[in-house]
Amino acid sequence: MRTWFIMLAITLVQFTVEAQKCNGVISGTVSDYHDKTVLVGASITIAGNRDVVYYTDEKGFFKIPDLCDGTYELEIYHPECQTAFMTVELETSLELDISLEHHIEELEEVKVVGNKATKTNSALEETLDVKTIEHFGSASLGDALKEINGISSLNTGANIVKPTIHGLSGSRVLVLNNGVRMQDMEWGAEHAPNVDVNAAGSISVIKGASALQYGGDAIGGVIVIEQNRFEKKDSLFGKTILTGILNGRGGKVNTDLVKTYKNGWFVKGQASYKKLGDLEAPDYILSNTGVNEIGASLHLGKENFTTGWRGSYSYFNTEIGILSASHIGSVDDLIRAINDDQPTVIEPFSYNISSPRQEVTHHLGKFKYYKRFEGLGKLNVQYDFQSNRRYEYDIRTGDDKYKPSIDLKLTTHTLSTDFKLDSNSGYKLTFGLMGRYQDNFANPDTGVRRLIPDYEKTDAGAFAVMQFDFGNGWNFDTGIRYDYSKIDAKKYYKTSRWEERGYDEDFNDIIIRETGSSQYLTNPVFDYHNVSGTLGLKYRPDNQNTISFNYALANRAPNASELFSDGLHHSAARIELGDLRINSETSHKVSLSISNQGEKWGYTLEPYANFINDFIYLEPTDVEYTVRGAFPVWEYHQTNARILGLDLSLYSNWTSHWKTDHKFSLTKGKDTSDDEPLINIPAANIRNKVSYNTPWKNFEVGLESKYVFKQNETPADIYVYSPEQGEDVLLEINSAPAAYHILSLNSSMDFNFDKSTLTVSLIGTNILDVSYRDYLNRLRYFADDLGRNIILQFKLNY
Amino acid sequence: MLAFAGIVLASCSDDDNDPEEVNEEETITTMTVTLTPDDGGTAITLKSEDSDGDGPIEPEITVSGNLVANATYSGSVTFSNVTEDPVEDITEEVEGENTEHQLVYVYTGAIIDVYNLDTDDDGNDLGLSFDLDTGDAGYGTLQVVLRHEPTKPNDGTLSGAGGSTDFTATFSVTVE
Repeated sequence: MRTWFIMLAITLVQFTVEAQKCNGVISGTVSDYHDKTVLVGASITIAGNRDVVYYTDEKGFFKIPDLCDGTYELEIYHPECQTAFMTVELETSLELDISLEHHIEELEEVKVVGNKATKTNSALEETLDVKTIEHFGSASLGDALKEINGISSLNTGANIVKPTIHGLSGSRVLVLNNGVRMQDMEWGAEHAPNVDVNAAGSISVIKGASALQYGGDAIGGVIVIEQNRFEKKDSLFGKTILTGILNGRGGKVNTDLVKTYKNGWFVKGQASYKKLGDLEAPDYILSNTGVNEIGASLHLGKENFTTGWRGSYSYFNTEIGILSASHIGSVDDLIRAINDDQPTVIEPFSYNISSPRQEVTHHLGKFKYYKRFEGLGKLNVQYDFQSNRRYEYDIRTGDDKYKPSIDLKLTTHTLSTDFKLDSNSGYKLTFGLMGRYQDNFANPDTGVRRLIPDYEKTDAGAFAVMQFDFGNGWNFDTGIRYDYSKIDAKKYYKTSRWEERGYDEDFNDIIIRETGSSQYLTNPVFDYHNVSGTLGLKYRPDNQNTISFNYALANRAPNASELFSDGLHHSAARIELGDLRINSETSHKVSLSISNQGEKWGYTLEPYANFINDFIYLEPTDVEYTVRGAFPVWEYHQTNARILGLDLSLYSNWTSHWKTDHKFSLTKGKDTSDDEPLINIPAANIRNKVSYNTPWKNFEVGLESKYVFKQNETPADIYVYSPEQGEDVLLEINSAPAAYHILSLNSSMDFNFDKSTLTVSLIGTNILDVSYRDYLNRLRYFADDLGRNIILQFKLNY
Repeated sequence: MLAFAGIVLASCSDDDNDPEEVNEEETITTMTVTLTPDDGGTAITLKSEDSDGDGPIEPEITVSGNLVANATYSGSVTFSNVTEDPVEDITEEVEGENTEHQLVYVYTGAIIDVYNLDTDDDGNDLGLSFDLDTGDAGYGTLQVVLRHEPTKPNDGTLSGAGGSTDFTATFSVTVE
């Protein structure tokens, strides 16, 4: 509502200032191309006179008075539609009936104002706009997403950030990058999404498995990263962002350039480079925590209303140092690390990245074609290719010093198609098919037994989602999806491990042969058939209030790590063991959203409950002794789990300049089979922000306080025998660190030049330089989290 | 559409080659410590052997007999890999890279001293041979740790040596 008031005010001002002498009038209505609903707040601009903008009223009606006779070119724009251009001939008066394509969700356009277009009807979801993305452009996808209530992250230091939605991460969170489901070894806790945040136009998060068009196994949720859609006009524009980062003594540069044509052609290029040296905690340098990152993307296409295509290619390469002190040799080192306040290795600041480190390269290519059939709907066909290469380097000695310990190459081809029936205003139906082939190659040249084996995986899926509009603000949605998945692996097992796991009783038929050095070569082949479904209801009586309810049933087949992990993970100094007996996990999630978005103040209250049967999780169970010492054993197990949570956000516009935001998020996870807390559930947190903004140079400044409670509900710690101490000692591997409170500050200002705008932002995080450790940081045993950071950003739009 | 998908899938899945086996190199399965009494008598061997490396089977520790009270022993250490056929002698490798290795001895109870370690090419402690003194009758432990790339020179303790552990074993002995 607020938006309309502002627009009306602007319009009135312009009427008085821009009044002209003639008496001609262009008037008309703007409506949706498909169902003829009127569009409120569409803007009409006369070409060559961009200062004067007219808006449609509540009935979709507009009127441009005081015009002289002649030829005019009009630009009709609505935030949820494709912009239209038309040339008209005015003789005294002219009445127009203008239709706009009002299907933003499939057109991948970014919302700026007005009602948000959403991916689902009734699920919990939220979108980050370009401004927030730019704000976090120098950080990572996971850091940017934490702005959204209910999203946290599982970190390995500050540079490896895995998004966690309502307490769930990894394979339970799908990342959809530019319409392509990322296949970047998301199974590993220390594998972050290989996405350059700066390449995104908008990022939406669906907190749950309700977006069936993207996949049926998103028990945590879906992250949808989209590209901007370009206006059909002859234009050349771009932006460059230069960021200086104090903590890490580095920075990032990102630039993009877009050329569009009136006939629908467009080309966009983007590139970014980031470099940071060792990060710093308040009291010491976090040695070997630097990062080098390169991202580039190219999009080319021709998109018109009835048909179009787009080809995209993106490249992402990152080299990340992992805290030196986190390299441990055995359980005694781990005991020492947990008991010590300081990391065992602190060296002077350096830009060098040495072992342990990881280097990952991701290529993504995509081609998409669409065609609209009048009076019926729209067909999409897409092929995408991904290649993900991961090297992990441990501290090794002798000839192996420069060899990676892990060298995996994951190649994925996906072909998908969907058809959207949207000609009827009462309902919309989308159905589609997907086929995928994936090949994982584990390079034996590492000289280290493979943690993840060679495998081939084929997937096929089919879905249908429907949305009904009952009128009076009531919407109903439902969907169903079937997924078939087959994994065919070739794996070596040590005969002693084979027997210890009890596989000699259940799986002897998959042994191909025994090798000369006491290993079995096996050929595990598993099939999974999974059905997912959703049901939702939304009531939106007016522009301010929304109530929605959603139920999602999701099934997820186990990933390669959960099935096959086997061996000593050197970088983590732990033995990780998968289990061939693991089957799919099933989630039932119900969520409710009550929201009131008023002009003065508003709130959103989102309670949810997720019941997961056969929940797959990794937990420390025991210690195994080898000649190099004792190592904690982490095993994949299945149990029944329950996650209950609540996200609450409030805002208040105290005056036109002052605003406060308040967010609270609570997640409680329980292993209901063993009546024990679940591992790695984020602690409750409260965020309060006060901000001031003024139209003068778009100046704004905000101060945010974030208080993270201590996670009191953690699984029990384990007792292990310490060879050094000669007795059983308590290994506090599950205990959570204390609560903490950090303050951040951000401010920005615009400077307008001839044809460009320079935005200068100053961001300070942890400005009081507080020492703290976070429960969801895997390096919390070894070192404090980041200290104060000051980020200075210059953005030039041209 | 589906036919096309089928072609893509079929064309990629005809790879039936078995992956190459990985045998971790430089695996040490066995450490043998031989203690020979300086004034004659039976030599005692202390042995730790883990037949499956990082696998679930625990290292097996054997001590061939009891030590004599208040005596001095000359000690020597050998390493081997018994999963290779013939058995691979790793001691040579340790000697060959002697500046990058060190054996650290931690002792308690009736073992009262370990000293006189042999030295590497730089004159720092190596520890493949050593002298050991026993005290009065009783029990004691001897922990022998092979460290790779330690900080040299050092004070002969585990924390002083640093580096990464290639092999560690703790032997319980009786002194009579």
